[in-house]
Amino acid sequence: MSQAEAFPKAAEGKLADTRLRATLRGATHTIRDRRTAVVAEVGDWEDLRELGRTVKEEALADLGSLLARFEERATAAGATVHWARDAAEACRIVADLITVTEVVKVKSMATQEIGLNEALAARGVHAVETDLAELIVQLADDKPSHLLVPAIHYNRSQIRDLFDASIAAGVDDDPAALAEAARLHLRERFLTASVGVSGANFAIAETGSLVVVESEGNGRMCLTLPDTLISVVGIEKIVPRFADLGVFLRLLPRSSTGERMNPYTSIWTGVTPGDGPQAVHIVLVDNGRTRVLRDPVGRQALHCIRCSACLNVCPVYERVGGHAYGHTYSGPIGAILAPQLTGGHRSLPFASTLCGACYEVCPVKINIPEVLVHLREPPPAEQPVMGAVSAVLSRPRWYRAGLRLARWFAAMAPARRLPWPLSRWTAVRDLPRPEQETFRDWWTRTHGRT
Amino acid sequence: MRVGLFVTCVNDLLFPRTGRAVVSVLEHVGVKVEFPLDQTCCGQMHGNSGYRKKAGGLLDRFGEVFAGYEAVVVPSGSCVAFLRERHPHVYELSEFLIDVLGVEDVGGVFPHRVTYHPTCHGMRMLGLGDKPVRLLAAVGGIELLPLPGAAECCGFGGTFALKNAGVSAAMLADKCAAIRGSGADYVAMADNSCLTHIGGGLTRTGGPRAVHYAEILAGRP
Repeated sequence: MSQAEAFPKAAEGKLADTRLRATLRGATHTIRDRRTAVVAEVGDWEDLRELGRTVKEEALADLGSLLARFEERATAAGATVHWARDAAEACRIVADLITVTEVVKVKSMATQEIGLNEALAARGVHAVETDLAELIVQLADDKPSHLLVPAIHYNRSQIRDLFDASIAAGVDDDPAALAEAARLHLRERFLTASVGVSGANFAIAETGSLVVVESEGNGRMCLTLPDTLISVVGIEKIVPRFADLGVFLRLLPRSSTGERMNPYTSIWTGVTPGDGPQAVHIVLVDNGRTRVLRDPVGRQALHCIRCSACLNVCPVYERVGGHAYGHTYSGPIGAILAPQLTGGHRSLPFASTLCGACYEVCPVKINIPEVLVHLREPPPAEQPVMGAVSAVLSRPRWYRAGLRLARWFAAMAPARRLPWPLSRWTAVRDLPRPEQETFRDWWTRTHGRT
Repeated sequence: MRVGLFVTCVNDLLFPRTGRAVVSVLEHVGVKVEFPLDQTCCGQMHGNSGYRKKAGGLLDRFGEVFAGYEAVVVPSGSCVAFLRERHPHVYELSEFLIDVLGVEDVGGVFPHRVTYHPTCHGMRMLGLGDKPVRLLAAVGGIELLPLPGAAECCGFGGTFALKNAGVSAAMLADKCAAIRGSGADYVAMADNSCLTHIGGGLTRTGGPRAVHYAEILAGRP
C-alpha cells in the first residue's frame, strides 16, 4: 500500500464498524461537552492559553540549557539521569535497569511511543499496566486508540466479556463491579512489585522534579510503593520553572477530562531517604524531537501537553478512532506529530478537513491546521493535474477557455455517475449542473467590460 | 471607495446566481461595484493541498488584479480566510455590509423557513460570528430555524472529499440528517465550496435546498 493511501484505507475499515462509531461518538461527545462547560467557567481562559503557549515556546527555544539544568538538579537530588537518542536506546536503558520479571506501570504515552512493553517482554519482563483503560487494552492484546482514554473503542459489555475471560470470571457489566475486579487484580501487583515505570507530564528544570497527573490513584501507587522508579520522559516535557505548573495544572484537567482540578498530582524530586523509591532513574528521550525542533512551523507540535481535547472535537477522529492513524499519537495532534517524529505517515496531514475545531480547543494554542497544511506533500500521481490547473488559473485567457471546457464537461457528464476518481464524489453527492451562463458572461452582458 | 467583486472561480463556473445576488445586494444599498475581468482563483485549493509555490503565485496575481481597490467583496468565507493575511482589504460579504457599511437590513424579502450552517473557515478562521445570521434575520418574511450541531464540519475539506472519501461521506450524511431535522425549506451558508458538497448530498438524498445566504438577502417580493 502506498503511504498516501494508508489512512484512507484504514479509515474505510473503521467506518464500516457501526458499533465502534456509536461508541466513539458517545464517548467523544460526552467528554467534549464536559470540557466546554468547565472551560466556560474560567474568565481568563484565553489569557491562560496564551500563557501556556508562551511558556512552551520559551522552553523549546532554550531546551538545551533547560535540559542540562534539569539533569543537574535531578542528579543533585539523588536521581540518575539517562539520555536516549531513539526508541531502541531508551528501551535498552530501561531494560538494563530491571532485574525482576514483573514491573508495574503508570499510564504513559512516551513508553507506548518507544514500544517499551514489547521490548521488556522480549527480555522476559512483564510490564503490568495499572491504568484501568490501559489494563483493558493490555488484557485484550490490543493497542490504545486515544491519548487519554486508551480503551475508548470498547463499550461496557465488551469490557465485561474481556474481564470474564481474563481476570474476573463471572463478573457482570456494572461499572462499579468492573472497577472492583480491576482493583483486586491490581492490588496484589502494587504490593509485590519492586520496580515502577512511568512517564511524566512535566519535567521542571528549576528543581529537577517530575510531575505525573492522573485520575485513579493507581499511578500514585506505582510512583510510591516500589523501591525503584524508572521514568521515561520526552525532552519536550521540560518547563522552566516550578511556578509554570500553576498555568498547566489549570489548563490540563479542564481540557482533558473536563475536570476542574486533577484528582492525583504526584510531584517528586530525586530520592527522599526513607520515603518512596530509593532508586530513581529518569530516561530523557529524543526519538525524533530535535528533528521536529528544526522546523520553525512544525515545532509547535512539541508544545503538546497530551490533553487530547483535539481528538474529542475532531470530526475525523470521531468517525474512525485512533487505530486508523497507525501511530501512538492519533487524532489531529497525531496527524502533525507522527509524520514529524518518524519522517513517514505521509497520509496523516491529509486526514483533516482543516475545520479548525482542534486549534480552537488546544490549551497551548497549537495551530494544528497551519501545521497540517505545512506538512502536506502532494502525491506524485496528482501533481501533473494540479500543475495544469494552476497554469490555467494563472492566465485569464486560459481560464476563460477552461471555464467553457468545464461547463461542457459538467453539462455532458452524468451528474450521479462520474468516472474514477470523480466517482468518489458522485458516490454520495450529485454534481451541480451549470447555469445558462458563467458569472463573467452575465456581468459583461449586463454591465459591459469595465 | 472603489469596491471590487471577487466572485471566486467556483461561483463563476457553478454558482453565477450567487454572484448576481451579491451584485444585486450591493447595488441595492448604493455601492457601485466593479468586476475586474482578469480575476481567476485565489489559490486556496493549491495552498491547502501542499502546492505552496503555485498558491503563492495565484495570491500574487490576486494582488495585481485588485491593486486599485480599497475593498474587495468575496462571497466565500474560505477564500477570504486564505487571502486575508496577504490581502487585508478583502471582506467576506457580511463583514463588508456590517463592519464597513454598517448595514444589517439590505431590503431582502424571503418568506420561507431557513436554517444556517456556519461553514468552518468563516466561523473559526474569519470569526464571522453571527453576522450572516443578523443579515438573514433582517430579511422580510423569513423564519430562521436553529440547526442542531451547527458547528460540526460538513466533511468537504476540498480535496479531502476525494482523498478521504469515506470519512467525508460519513460526515456529510450526519450533516444532511441534521439539516433535514431542522424543519427548514432552505439551508443557507457563506461558502459555495461546502455548498457543492452539502447541496449535492441533499439533492441525492432529499431535503431542503442549499443556497448561499446572499441569494436570500437578494430576495425580492
